[in-house]
Amino acid sequence: MAEIQRETGGVRVKRGLAEMLKGGVIMDVTTAEQARIAEDAGAVAVMALERVPADIRAEGGVVRMADPEKVAEIVEAVSIPVMAKCRIGHFVEAQVLQSLGVDYIDESEVLTPADESNHVNKWDFDVPFVCGATDLGEALRRLGEGAAMIRSKGEAGTGNVVEAVRHMRSITSSIKRLSVMGSEELMSTAKELRAPYELVREVAETGRFPVVLFTAGGIATPADAALMMQIGADGVFVGSGIFKSGDPALRARAIVEATTHFEDPDLVAKVSRGLGEAMVGINIQEIPDHGRLAKRGW
Amino acid sequence: MKVGVLGLQGDVREHVRALESVGAAASVVKRLDQLSEVDALVLPGGESTTIGKLLDRYELIEPLRARVADGMPLYGTCAGAILMARDIVGDQDAPHRLGVLDVVVRRNAYGRQLDSFEADLGIDRLVGDFRAVFIRAPMIESCGDDVEVLAVVDGRPVLVRQGGLLASTFHPEMTADARVHDMFVNDIAGAA
Repeated sequence: MAEIQRETGGVRVKRGLAEMLKGGVIMDVTTAEQARIAEDAGAVAVMALERVPADIRAEGGVVRMADPEKVAEIVEAVSIPVMAKCRIGHFVEAQVLQSLGVDYIDESEVLTPADESNHVNKWDFDVPFVCGATDLGEALRRLGEGAAMIRSKGEAGTGNVVEAVRHMRSITSSIKRLSVMGSEELMSTAKELRAPYELVREVAETGRFPVVLFTAGGIATPADAALMMQIGADGVFVGSGIFKSGDPALRARAIVEATTHFEDPDLVAKVSRGLGEAMVGINIQEIPDHGRLAKRGW
Repeated sequence: MKVGVLGLQGDVREHVRALESVGAAASVVKRLDQLSEVDALVLPGGESTTIGKLLDRYELIEPLRARVADGMPLYGTCAGAILMARDIVGDQDAPHRLGVLDVVVRRNAYGRQLDSFEADLGIDRLVGDFRAVFIRAPMIESCGDDVEVLAVVDGRPVLVRQGGLLASTFHPEMTADARVHDMFVNDIAGAA
């Protein structure tokens, strides 16, 4: 029998794994124990990082990729996919994470940027990347660099959903506008968006975003998750919202259920009862400009 | 024919599109009352651990088994195939599942995401190659006597049929080629 020719690391398998995560919740974890709690609660994947965003805000300092030892422990601990964050532009951290066998890399504004002009050239890698975006132009620039999945940025570590809503609305309303434009308008729109023309044209022609679009940054309650799903997210990243709350296991499970049944208010009401303390939130106006993580990324 | 796609998590939309392209009336099934409205069901790709937990939490496993015992055709892709398998090996905590298909499956058997792959397959009863997408795919390690193997990769079954049950470890819904969905809707479910 002839050996079958296998093609690995192609666009279809990179984007395809994100398709498999749709309708699910990806949870930030810093230890193997937290990863197991997340998996038990029904997370579709876990995100390994050094510190959750709320702690990063509180403690400050340079934030890097997680200790490879910790990443390896988390990979060992769960059967669901493991993602890990690298700094913007830090392609060697990305090489290290690929070598550790993580399933997805998040080139993330939550960590301290390593390059103030360039993101990682993600086409160089076999492992797929997810990147944050605040608007359609930024999302398409990341796709141009080879990202296989996008998440709206929100403002991580605040427990305040307002920025996640702003960014998701910005992306979806730009897609709607593009879908009714004449073809002669697309080049000047690509210039305004500062996005690759071919990708702008693809969005205009199909009327949809080319890859899976999750949401992140400030989701703290089941109702927050259901809100983001109703305004067009394919799934939800929850960072500090779970392990900075009073009862992480219970809250994690409730956010999973609210994401699955986002259009069912009775169910969202039921799972939202008796969850204990939510994480303490921060008003965006109280954060100085240099503390806004969503502004990182070019 | 009304074909449901289990919509708790995963690539539900892609299956709906593929089913509609072969003439089925597709709908998303998340609740028990929606299950009674369909003639056949697809279990999509996704995370088998997550979907299994949600099936258990919403007490959908027994009603699904009862429908299958009653003759409802069922097709599972990747995670869906895992949820159909009688046995899972190499796992300390195998997911909650239906266990209706007489196969033994190993999860993530090809490796991690870096080992996800595409390949051209020959499939019994289909003319020409089929571009198959394998994402963190499970492996079917053995099959019971009533299970018919329709395609293999490196000697392992990747598409199997047992009466009205069809399972693939790859994702036909990820390409525009709907021939496997056509086989399920118009040959297998159509004959049931």
